[in-house]
Amino acid sequence: MAVSDIKKLGTKVSWKDLTEGMMIAGAGVSREFLTGEWSSVKPQFDERKCTQCLLCTPVCPDSCIPVVDKKRGAFDYDHCKGCGICVKACPAGAITMEGVE
Amino acid sequence: MAKRDRLSGNEAVAVALRQINPDVFPAFPITPSTEIPQYFASFVANGQVDTEFITVESEHSSMSAAIGASAAGTRALTATSSCGLAYMWEELYIAASNRLPIVLALVNRALSGPININCDHSDAMGARDSGWIQIYAENNQEAYDNMVQAFRISEHKSVRLPIMICQDGFITSHAVENIELLEDEDVKAFVGEYKPENYLLNPKCPLAVGPYAVTDYYMEAKRSQAEGMRYVETAVLETAGDFARLSGREYGLFEAYRLEDADYAVVMIGSAAGTAKDAVDELRADGEKAGLLKLRLYRPFPAEAIAEALKHVKTVAIMDRAESYNNHGGPLGADVMAALYRAGSRVLAVNYIYGLGGRDVRVESIKEVFAALKQIASDGRAGEAYRYLGIRE
Repeated sequence: MAVSDIKKLGTKVSWKDLTEGMMIAGAGVSREFLTGEWSSVKPQFDERKCTQCLLCTPVCPDSCIPVVDKKRGAFDYDHCKGCGICVKACPAGAITMEGVE
Repeated sequence: MAKRDRLSGNEAVAVALRQINPDVFPAFPITPSTEIPQYFASFVANGQVDTEFITVESEHSSMSAAIGASAAGTRALTATSSCGLAYMWEELYIAASNRLPIVLALVNRALSGPININCDHSDAMGARDSGWIQIYAENNQEAYDNMVQAFRISEHKSVRLPIMICQDGFITSHAVENIELLEDEDVKAFVGEYKPENYLLNPKCPLAVGPYAVTDYYMEAKRSQAEGMRYVETAVLETAGDFARLSGREYGLFEAYRLEDADYAVVMIGSAAGTAKDAVDELRADGEKAGLLKLRLYRPFPAEAIAEALKHVKTVAIMDRAESYNNHGGPLGADVMAALYRAGSRVLAVNYIYGLGGRDVRVESIKEVFAALKQIASDGRAGEAYRYLGIRE
């Protein structure tokens, strides 16, 4: 039985190590697929300016802003594609986009 | 024990498919390939195979269904010609990039327009960059033998790519020839069981097929696919070796006919090679050192082996049964000339467009080409390298 091989589909992987035809074996593996690798900019969160209005959470198309104890948590950079919608949604100016290596 | 039978090329391919007994055969009719699914449908109706035969509404659907069936884990194939192949365009690339070993029985016919139902290679040549393996036949026996070998090549674990088994529309597909068939059980044993490692209908390990590849992966995916192509020559030769032990009939990447000591050579694909053999024989009887290279495997292109086989000739004519509309020749011409150039060859080469839309090719036509090759050798110059054969001026 084949095991989940989605980790082979990373942006650092050589062509020699890709799965055949880029097929993905295993079920429910989207969480393991790190789409956060795709972005060139990432949102940065300034907790001091945040009013905890939570407007950023529902607008994130990749569900990368978790709510923990009624407060927004840290960005999930493994899956954030850097779209910047949260920056536009934030009325307090607590989120800015920064370039990544 | 082999048995002799008189069959058309289409019927011969259908018989091979009956013997293979594939799992899924979706099909849509188009001249001149229609008889392949037609004969096969009678095998299904008679209970001679247990194939799932799906009548679909288009070639777009027949290839899509073959892709789905192959991804599901079955041995799948379809058949088509000309515009039917053109209508499969999108799916051809998907079948190849998903590394699905589908077989396509392609009966070569001119693409419209002008609309025409007869033989040329414009349909297959248009698909030459789709990532499919392409193997061509000169006659009905080869069409049958190539089909028996198809799945072995396509399913080879280092290859895993779809394959087109091509024959010339009407010239071989409808002409009846005496051919030798293998026993059903021998074909069955030769082709073997299909056991893919991953497949959609595997309850133990679900599978995603054909995921989106963003820019970060696309080139790596293409390079990985190209690696499969690199093993095709090995798979073709291995399969041919086993086939020769079974049938006594030898196949390679191409056939070199009286080429060993030839001064003048023609390179061609398909049924007209049979005519060219007669021309070569007649010229040889007159003391002319004529030879033929008949290509069997066109994709991938066995460039090094071809350049090696042609290294001693003085002049060569590459015969294209398809236009490329680039103002300097056809697709086979471009491939062979690139192969010669990369091998450092100094042979004088010209490229003929011939036989389009079923235009007859005669022994005299090929002798005309050899006469031109002899003239080129004596002139020491190839002159116009992009020529038409048998055209009314």
